[in-house]
Amino acid sequence: MAIFDSNIPQGDLAKKWTNHKNSIDLVNPANKRNIDVIVVGTGLAGGSAAATLAELGYNVKTFCYQDSPRRAHSIAAQGGINAAKNYQGDGDSTYRLFYDTVKGGDYRSREANVYRLAEVSANIIDQCVAQGVPFAREYGGLLDNRSFGGVLVSRTFYAKGQTGQQLLLGAYAAMNRQINRGKIQSYNRHEMLDIVIVDGKARGIIARNLVTGQIERHSAHAVVVASGGYGNVFFLSTNAMGSNVTASWKIHKKGAYFANPCYTQIHPTCIPVSGDHQSKLTLMSESLRNDGRIWVPKKKEDAEAIRQGKLKPTELAEEDRDYYLERRYPSFGNLVPRDVASRAAKERCDAGFGVNKTGEAVFLDFESAIMRYGKEQAIIHGNPNASEKEIRELGEKVVENKYGNLFQMYEKIVDENPYKTPMKIYPAVHYTMGGIWVDYNLMTTIPGCYAAGEANFSDHGANRLGASALMQGLADGYFVLPYTIGDYLAQDIRTGKIPTDSPEFDEAEKNVRDQIAKLVNNKGNHSVDYYHKKLGKIMWNKCGMARNAQGLQEAITEIKELREDFYKNVLVPGSAEGKNSELEKAMRVADFLELGELFAKDALHRNESCGGHFREEYQTEEGEALRDDENFKYVAAWEYKGQPSEAVLHKEELEYKNIELKTRSYK
Amino acid sequence: MNLTLKIWRQQDANTKGKMVDYPISGVDEDMSFLEMLDVLNEDLISKGEEPVEFDHDCREGICGACSLQINGEPHGPDRGVTTCQLHMRMFNDGDTITIEPFRAKAFPVIKDLIVDRSSFDRIQQAGGFISVNTSGNTIDANAIPVNKHDADDSFAAATCIGCGACVAACKNASAMLFTSAKVSQFALLPQGRVEATDRVLNMVRQMDEEGFGNCSNTGACEIECPKGISLENIARMNREYIAASVKK
Amino acid sequence: MSGMLNSTIARKVAMSLSALFLLIFLLQHFIINFTSVISENTFNELSHFMGTNVLVQFLMQPILIFAVVFHFVMGFILEIKNKQARDISYASYKGSANSSWVSRNMIYSGLVILAFLVLHFIDFWFPEINHKYIEFAPEDPTRYYHELVEKFHNPIRVGAYVIAFVLLALHLLHGFQSAFQSIGVSNKFNATLKSIGKFYAIFIPLGFIFIALFHFFNH
Repeated sequence: MAIFDSNIPQGDLAKKWTNHKNSIDLVNPANKRNIDVIVVGTGLAGGSAAATLAELGYNVKTFCYQDSPRRAHSIAAQGGINAAKNYQGDGDSTYRLFYDTVKGGDYRSREANVYRLAEVSANIIDQCVAQGVPFAREYGGLLDNRSFGGVLVSRTFYAKGQTGQQLLLGAYAAMNRQINRGKIQSYNRHEMLDIVIVDGKARGIIARNLVTGQIERHSAHAVVVASGGYGNVFFLSTNAMGSNVTASWKIHKKGAYFANPCYTQIHPTCIPVSGDHQSKLTLMSESLRNDGRIWVPKKKEDAEAIRQGKLKPTELAEEDRDYYLERRYPSFGNLVPRDVASRAAKERCDAGFGVNKTGEAVFLDFESAIMRYGKEQAIIHGNPNASEKEIRELGEKVVENKYGNLFQMYEKIVDENPYKTPMKIYPAVHYTMGGIWVDYNLMTTIPGCYAAGEANFSDHGANRLGASALMQGLADGYFVLPYTIGDYLAQDIRTGKIPTDSPEFDEAEKNVRDQIAKLVNNKGNHSVDYYHKKLGKIMWNKCGMARNAQGLQEAITEIKELREDFYKNVLVPGSAEGKNSELEKAMRVADFLELGELFAKDALHRNESCGGHFREEYQTEEGEALRDDENFKYVAAWEYKGQPSEAVLHKEELEYKNIELKTRSYK
Repeated sequence: MNLTLKIWRQQDANTKGKMVDYPISGVDEDMSFLEMLDVLNEDLISKGEEPVEFDHDCREGICGACSLQINGEPHGPDRGVTTCQLHMRMFNDGDTITIEPFRAKAFPVIKDLIVDRSSFDRIQQAGGFISVNTSGNTIDANAIPVNKHDADDSFAAATCIGCGACVAACKNASAMLFTSAKVSQFALLPQGRVEATDRVLNMVRQMDEEGFGNCSNTGACEIECPKGISLENIARMNREYIAASVKK
Repeated sequence: MSGMLNSTIARKVAMSLSALFLLIFLLQHFIINFTSVISENTFNELSHFMGTNVLVQFLMQPILIFAVVFHFVMGFILEIKNKQARDISYASYKGSANSSWVSRNMIYSGLVILAFLVLHFIDFWFPEINHKYIEFAPEDPTRYYHELVEKFHNPIRVGAYVIAFVLLALHLLHGFQSAFQSIGVSNKFNATLKSIGKFYAIFIPLGFIFIALFHFFNH
C-alpha cells in the first residue's frame, strides 16, 4: 500500500517547482466546497496551511491540544526568518540560500525540496507584511535584516526576539479570518489519537476532547499532520511541555515511514539544568554568540573551585581561561554552527571543566564585548580618556540595547546579573530534523496523509541552520501544500462526504478507547513523569550529543524494558472522562517510549557522523565529524512492523547534481 | 522552604468549587512556580489523589497558556513575568500562598485552575486580521514603507500573549487592554488602516457580547501585563472607536 | 452612529463627556462662589445674572441637571455591569498592588458626593426654584450673599460640606485624567493631564472648603 517514491519533478533544478505547479491537477472552486481537509496542529505550518486551504475553498477542520491555536510552540522561536530577498544587496540569491541550507544540513537533505524552499522564501516575507506582521524596520521605513549563524549574507528578517510569535500570530489571524467566514472549524483542546484509513487512503482521525474526555470521529478527504517535532522524547528540551510525537507516531504505525529519527539539533546556548525539579530548558538566542565569548577554566582545580563557589569566574586571570571555540576553530570562533558548538561544550564538561554545581555548564562572557563597546562609545562621546568605570557603564548600555530582554530573562531564572558575572550555558535539545517521510508533494507513504513543518523530515538534512525553521513551516503551509494537495484531491471531487460509521472508524475508535482504558485502569505505582524522566535520561546519555554503538545498543534494551515496565506499573489518576492531564501525558509518553527505541536504532545503523548525529567511532583525529557519503548518502525511512525493533529500513538515495559534496569546515 | 498552599479545587464547570489547603515541603528557591506545583502534584499522585489541574505549555513566558491568580495578583507578585517564569525565591519559608483561577464571567472554570479563554479567540475572529489572501501574489514587502516608530509601536502592541492577566487584574474584568492591543497593532500600519473602521467596531462588539466589564482606567492591567502592553493602546482604541462610530 | 450607548466604550465616552461638562461647571461654580470671599457685590451681581438669565436658566440649567443625573445613573449602570463581569469573586484580591485606592472606589466617592448633592439641592436649589418659579417672589438682586452666609452658620452643615469636598477631591484625582483617557486622548499628554488633574482635584475642592470655613468663622 505504501508508496515510497520521492516524486521529484524532472528537469532543471530552478524550474522544477514552476513546472510541477503547471502540470499538477487542480480542483475547481465549486468542487472544493465538497472537499474536507483535516489539519492536525496549528503552529506555523498547520495554521498557515489551514488558512490557505480554507481560503482556496476547502472545508477545513483544525485540531490542537492547546486552548487556542495561538499557543502552538512556533511562538517561542526567537531569532528570525530567512528569505532570499537580497534587500541588503550583499549578493544573496535563491541559489545561495539553497546552498547554505544544504551545506548547513551536512548534505543529507533533498536538493529539489531545499531549492523550492529557498525559492518561495521571498513570498513569505511579502505575505507576512501584507498580513500586518510588524517586522523590524529601518528609519527609511523599509525592512531591516540581520545575519545569523554561519552564513555570509544578511537575510534574516526579525521582530526583536519574538519573530516566531509574530509570524504565528500572523498565521493565527489568517485562520481567524477563515473561522469568521465559517470555512475553518477550530477544535481546540483536542488531541488526535489515531488516523483512520479507508481503502488505503487517509480518511479521518479519532480525536479526544481534552475537556470532556469524549472520543470523537472526524472524517475528511485528506489529513495534514503538522504537529511539530519530538524533542520531548528527551524529557528536558526547549520544547513546550505538551509538544509530542503522538500524531506523527500514530500515522507511522498506520503506514507512514519515519525518516532519520536520530537527527536532533542540540542548541548550544540554553540555561543549564539547576536541579532534579527541572521541567524544561530555556533557550537563549543564538545571537548572544555574536558578542559573548565561551570559555572554561584551563586548570581542573580552578573548575573545581568555581563549582564549589570558592572562586569567582571574574577572579580568574585571562591566561587561566580556555576560550576553547576560538582555540579550536580560529576562523569561525564562537560563531561555529550549533552542532559544533554544542559538542565542544560537552567535550569540555565531560573532561571535568564544567563550571556549575552539576558540572554541566560553560561560561558565556560579555566582559570583552562590554569593554570593547564601551571604548568605542567613549570615543564617540568625545571622552577618549574615560575611566574604566565609565567605559564599563557605556559598554553595558550597548549590550543592554542589543540583548536586554535576554539578560533580564536570564537574571529572572538564574538570579545572577550577567552584566557583572559571565552567564552559564549548556546545550539542550531544541529541534528535530527527522520526522515523517514525505515526497516532493509533502505526502507521506499513506495516500492522502500529508506532513508539514517540523513534523516532516524534508528540508534540513542532518542539521538545521538558524532562522530556517520558521521559513520551512510557513513555506510548507502557505505555498507548497495548498498547491500539491490539489493534485491528490482532484480525484476526490465525486467522492462525497466520508461517512464516520464505517468499520474502519469503529476499529480505530475501539483501539483508542482500549488504550485509554488500559492506562486509566492500570493503577500502578509510578507517575507518568517518573517514566518520562527515565526515558529522557537514557536518551540524553546514550542518544544525545555524542553516541556510540555500545551506548545505543544499551539504549535500545533499556527503552524496551522501560516501556514494558510503564505498561505494568504506570499510575494514571482520575478517569477517562473530563479533563485529565495525567492521562494526556501518559498517552504521549507511551508513544515516546516507542519512538525512542526507533531513534536509537536509527542512530545505531548510521555508521557515520553528520550534522546533529555524532558517532564517537566516526571522527577525525581532531574530534571533528566524519561523514561517509559512500555508504550513508541516503534518507533512512523506517516502516513500522508491529514493534520499533522490527522496523524495516527503506533507503532514499540522495542525489547532488547542483552542489558539490564537501566536508564542512569551520576551522 | 515549607509552604502552605490554598488552592481552588473544582471538579468541572458544573460543580461548585472550594479552596483547599495543601502543606508542601522541600521547595527549592530555584524552582519556578509551576515546578513547585509539579512537586505538589507528584506528591498528590503518590497518595492516590487527583493532581491539581493548571494550564501551562511553553514554560518560557511566551505562549500565554499559564495563568493563576497568586496571592491576589495575576502571575504573582513579580513584574514582567508569567507564572512559569515566577521563581520561588520571591517567597519566604512558612508563607501561605493563595492560588486561584483567573476570575471573569467570560473565563468560566473548566477544572481546578484551568479557565476557558476562548472568548479571546472569538474577539480576534471578529476582526483581528487583515483580509488578504495567503496566495503568495501579494505586492513586494518593501513596497509598503512603514514609519519606524509606528512599526515599533505596532510591534509593542503585538507582543500581547493573550494570557488574560489584564482581565484577571481588572476590578471590572475588562478586556480592553487585550482587545486594544490587537486593534492598535493594525491601526498603526498602513496595511491595517484599510479595514480599521470595521475592525474596531466588530472587535468591540464581540468583546461586549462575551460579557467583559467596562474599563474604568485603573491601570491595573498595564501593571500586571507580563509583556508591559501600554494603556496608550486603550486610548488609541477609544479614539478609533469614536471615529469609527461617527463614520458608520 | 451605531447604537451609541450599547457598547462599553460608548458608555464610557458618555460618562467621560458628562464628567468633562461637570468639571467645567464646577470651575465656574467655584469662581462665582469665591467672589463671595472678596466682594459681596460682585457675588450678588454674578448670582443675579446666573439666577435670572434666560439662557442659563432654561438651557444651561436643564443640561446641567441632565448631566448630573446622567453621570450618576450611568455610574450605577457601569458598576452593576462591572460586578456582573466577575460572577465569582476572588478569595484574595490585591488591588493595591496594581492600582490606586481612588481609582478602584469611584463608586463610593461618587455616592458620598451624591449624598452631598441631595443636601445641596435641599439647601439651595429647591428654595431657589420655589422662590422663583412657584411663589414668583419678586427678585432682590442683593439676596444671594445673605442666603449663602446664612447656610454656613451651622457647624454640622459645614462639616458635611468639608467631608463631601474631600471625597470630591479623591473622585477627581482619578476622574480628571480618566475622562481624557476614555475619549482617547493620547497618553503622550499624560504627564501634563495628570499634573493639571492633580492641581484641579486638590485646588478646587480645597477652595470650596475654604469658602465654607471663611464664612463660618467670619460671621
